[in-house]
Amino acid sequence: MLKIENLSGGYSEIDILHGVAISIEPGETVTIIGANTAGKTSILRAISGVLPRVVGMIVLDGQAITHKPAHEIPALGIGHVPEGRHVFPRMTVEDNLFMGAYSARRKAKISSALEGVYKLFPRLLERRKQMAGSLSGGEQQMVAIGRALMCNPKLLLLDEPSLGLAPIVVDEVHEAILAINASGVSVLLVEQNASLALSVASRGYVLEDGRVVLQDTAEALRTNPEVRRAYLGI
Amino acid sequence: MLGMYAVWFTWSIFEIDPILGSPLAFIIIFFVGYVIQKFFIHHIMKAPAAAQIFLTVGLMVVLENMALMVFGSDFRSVAVTYQTESIHLGEIFISKSYLYAFLAALVITGLLWTLLATSWIGRAIRAVAQDAMMAELVGVNATTTYNIAFGLGVGLTAFGGAVILPYISVSPTIGSHFSVLMFTVVVLGGLGSVAGALAGGIVVGVIQSLSSLVFPIHLQNLILFIIFIAVLVVRPNGLLKEG
Ligand SMILES: Nc1ncnc2c1ncn2[C@@H]1O[C@H](COP(=O)(O)OP(=O)(O)O)[C@@H](O)[C@H]1O
Ligand SMILES: [Mg+2]
Repeated sequence: MLKIENLSGGYSEIDILHGVAISIEPGETVTIIGANTAGKTSILRAISGVLPRVVGMIVLDGQAITHKPAHEIPALGIGHVPEGRHVFPRMTVEDNLFMGAYSARRKAKISSALEGVYKLFPRLLERRKQMAGSLSGGEQQMVAIGRALMCNPKLLLLDEPSLGLAPIVVDEVHEAILAINASGVSVLLVEQNASLALSVASRGYVLEDGRVVLQDTAEALRTNPEVRRAYLGI
Repeated sequence: MLGMYAVWFTWSIFEIDPILGSPLAFIIIFFVGYVIQKFFIHHIMKAPAAAQIFLTVGLMVVLENMALMVFGSDFRSVAVTYQTESIHLGEIFISKSYLYAFLAALVITGLLWTLLATSWIGRAIRAVAQDAMMAELVGVNATTTYNIAFGLGVGLTAFGGAVILPYISVSPTIGSHFSVLMFTVVVLGGLGSVAGALAGGIVVGVIQSLSSLVFPIHLQNLILFIIFIAVLVVRPNGLLKEG
């Protein structure tokens, strides 16, 4: 459903990404693992149209979206959960979720999407009138994921959803990702925590300095000696 | 200034009361603001502060001088029946034109509040103000939202100018009479806070009125600024904003 070919680009004249190729089939959960500053976040930004300079091809269901403005992307069915969560701090949880449905604001599907999010994260229903900035990190992550689901995406981009969360919350978030994927949404998961990512995904790409250096099934990557040494700390 | 001229014209040509004409002033100047944001201010949003000041002050000079060319430097005022009337509440006299302006301001504040709190465009404006990149990621066209927000801002100023026309006459440089007071209101309440601006406005108004009871009226602003400076010493971020 998503096919990235020969993707380069960055924030200035200097390329951060160098000819990246990635593909995701419908219903798949794919992960990109790599060290800090490898360029994982930049790839997701390129897909969503907020990387300042992009060269190459990004195709969603046969449609080139490479140079589409960022605000036209969610309506095509891509939800983005950015690194650092980026909830709107001085808005209620519910307004944050409503913002996720901004691209679908003229449609009637919003209330069913909202119901779905509250079912997935009952905690958000309890806190729906609270300012998102006053929530714990884990709850903010739920807001960020819930907000991305509000556009009824076929593909969810998740950037380091476990970053800075307590282990017990990390488990909760992972349960949620599995549930989202089980409901038919494809997931592109970016993680520094490789063991976590490889336990959720079916396939993975290893990124080094803006280049894909390895791609395989999650199973094979987990047992690959190089990956184990460099990313799993074994 | 533009809002005041707009209602001055609708009053002098069509005999529309400035307060009733004020929504029209809002609508016209909203579009003026939208266009100014889109074609001028948009290009300097990321520029250094000096460039932004040059452009906005430059625009003001251009607008004022255009008004001078077209309307001349005469002070123009309207004549409405309630101008000299007032309402007596026991010992208190309330001038009708001030009262109507106040009520109109309350109504537009309520409308603005509702718009920001409950509408899609209101939520989008808040979202862009809080996190522009994230707003784009959920599908908000941040550029258009800035245009609308700026249009709303200057449209509201025009509305404000319109409703005070029954007791203030308009001239091309009328804006500068208010800009210092306006900065005081906004900074006193806390920059960037809507509730702060409202509180600041009320505080400034009350200080001005009360000080003129005790001190000569020409010391009105002196008293205001002494209190203003004292407040900023104690609360550098304004009344309603935490550091
Ligand atoms: N906003 C930015 N402006 C300029 N350079 C950036 C910006 N964000 C990231 N970079 C640079 O791009 C490179 C890749 O960063 P990023 O994509 O965030 O990597 P990762 O998500 O894998 O940690 C890094 O060298 C980083 O310094
Ligand atoms: Mg990153």
